[in-house]
Amino acid sequence: MIGIVSYGTYIPRYRIKAEEIARIWGEDGDVISRGLGIIQKSVPSLDEDTATIAVEAAREAVQRVKIDTTKIGAVYVGSESHPYVVKPTATIVGEALGIGNEYFAADLEFACKAGTAGMQNCIAMAKAGVIEYGLAIGADTSQGAPGDPLEYSASAGGAAYLIGSKDVIAEVEAMYSFTSDTPDFWRKEGQPYPSHGGRFTGTPAYFRHVTSAAKLIMERTGLNASDFKYAVFHQPNGKFPARAAKMLGFSSEQIKQGLIVPYIGNTYSGSSLLGLAAVLDVVKPDERILLISFGSGAGSDAFVIRATKAIEDLERNPKVWDKIKGGVYIDYGLYLKFRRKIKVR
Amino acid sequence: MLPRFWRKIKYRYDLVGTKCKNCGNSYYPPRNLCPVCRRKSDIAEMKFSGRGEVISYSVVHEAPEDLKAQKPYVVALIKLEEGPVITSQLVCDPENVRTGMRVKKAFRKYGEEGEAGIIYYGTKFVPDE
Repeated sequence: MIGIVSYGTYIPRYRIKAEEIARIWGEDGDVISRGLGIIQKSVPSLDEDTATIAVEAAREAVQRVKIDTTKIGAVYVGSESHPYVVKPTATIVGEALGIGNEYFAADLEFACKAGTAGMQNCIAMAKAGVIEYGLAIGADTSQGAPGDPLEYSASAGGAAYLIGSKDVIAEVEAMYSFTSDTPDFWRKEGQPYPSHGGRFTGTPAYFRHVTSAAKLIMERTGLNASDFKYAVFHQPNGKFPARAAKMLGFSSEQIKQGLIVPYIGNTYSGSSLLGLAAVLDVVKPDERILLISFGSGAGSDAFVIRATKAIEDLERNPKVWDKIKGGVYIDYGLYLKFRRKIKVR
Repeated sequence: MLPRFWRKIKYRYDLVGTKCKNCGNSYYPPRNLCPVCRRKSDIAEMKFSGRGEVISYSVVHEAPEDLKAQKPYVVALIKLEEGPVITSQLVCDPENVRTGMRVKKAFRKYGEEGEAGIIYYGTKFVPDE
C-alpha cells in the first residue's frame, strides 16, 4: 500500500484583512470580500520565505512519526516563489532535516500545483521501490502587484507530505492529471509580479482543468461524488472551489472542512495541500477524500485518498484550523514592509 | 564569507552540538574538546531537542543596518532542555517576552548579502506556550 505516512503544515502568523487592502485602493472591502470569498490572508514576516515554510512544515511531518530522517530518499519542493531562481530549496530542506546526502532532490514549478506534482513523483518512486520515504512539499510566499485583484488573495503557507509504503495513514488509491497549454497566469524572468488573464483564469483554465481531472479520476475508479466524505479543490479564492464542487455534484458539507482560503488566502502551491491537511486532521478510517489541485498554465492533479486505521494513532495536533485562528493582524503599511515593497537604500 | 557560512550550515540549520561522553556535559555551538575533561574528553555529535526556557533577554532598539527593518526585536539567553545556554533572536513581540518563557526552535532567515547575494538561514526561537 502506497500513501501518506505523515503530514505537516506551516502558516505564518500575520494576517491582513481584505477590508484593509480595499481601504488603500478606494474599493469597498465588503463587496470585495463577498465577491472573492476572502476575508483575510496570511502574510510572511521579514525572516520567513518559501524555504523556511517548507522546513517548518517538513519538520512537523517528520516529528509526528519520529522516523530516522536518513531513510527519506527524495525531497521535492513545489513553489512559484523559491527564494533563489537558480539554487534549489530542496537542498535547504534536506540539510535542515538532517537527511544526509543520499537523496533525490529537485525544485518543482507549476504555478499552484507544483506541490501535488511532487507528491506524484514520490508516490511513483515509492511504488517502484526506489525510495523508502519521500517528502513532497508545496510552499509559497506568493506576490500580487499592489492594486491588482491578486493582492487580496496572494498569501503564504505550506504543507509537507511524507510518502511511503509502511504505516500508511491514508492510501493513495488513484492519481491522475489533466494538462493543457493554457496561458491564464504567468510570470516572466525578472518580473517581480505575475500577470494574469483576468476572467480568462476561470472557465477555460480553473474550471476546465479541475472538473476534467475530477471527472476522469471518478470515471477511472468507478466512484461517484457520494463515495467521498470530503473533497478538496485548489482554492484561488472562496468562490471557485465552491462552484467547481457544485458542478461536480459535491455538497458544501463535503468541501467545508478543507476550505481554508477565506481565512488565510491563496497559499498557491500550499493551497490544496493545506486543505487536504485540514481534512486529514479529522478524517476517520475508511473515509475517502478527493483532492484536485490546479496550476495555471495549466493542469490539475487528481488523487483518490482513503484513510486507514493507522490514522487514529498519528499525533494530529496542532490542527490546521487552530493555526488559522491564531493570527496577528497588521495594517497595509506593515504589510508593505513585510513584503519588501518599500524600497530603502 | 561564503565558505565560512557553508561550514556552519549543519550547526545553524538545526541545533547540532556536541556532548562529552566522559562527563555528560553538552555544548552548543559544538566543541572539539570538553573544557571540563580536557584530554579525557570523549566528544560526540548530538542533536538538541530545540526546546528551552528564556533566562534573560534584551529588546534591541538600535539595530545593525541589516536588522533595522525588524526592530524592535528580542535577543534572548535561552537555556536548552539539555543544559547549554545560547544566545538567539526570539521571534516574539517585545511586550510579550518574559523570563521563564518556554520557547522552541524555528527555522528562519538570518539575513542576506544584498539583493544578489546568498541568503543565510538558521535557527531562531519562538514562544512555545
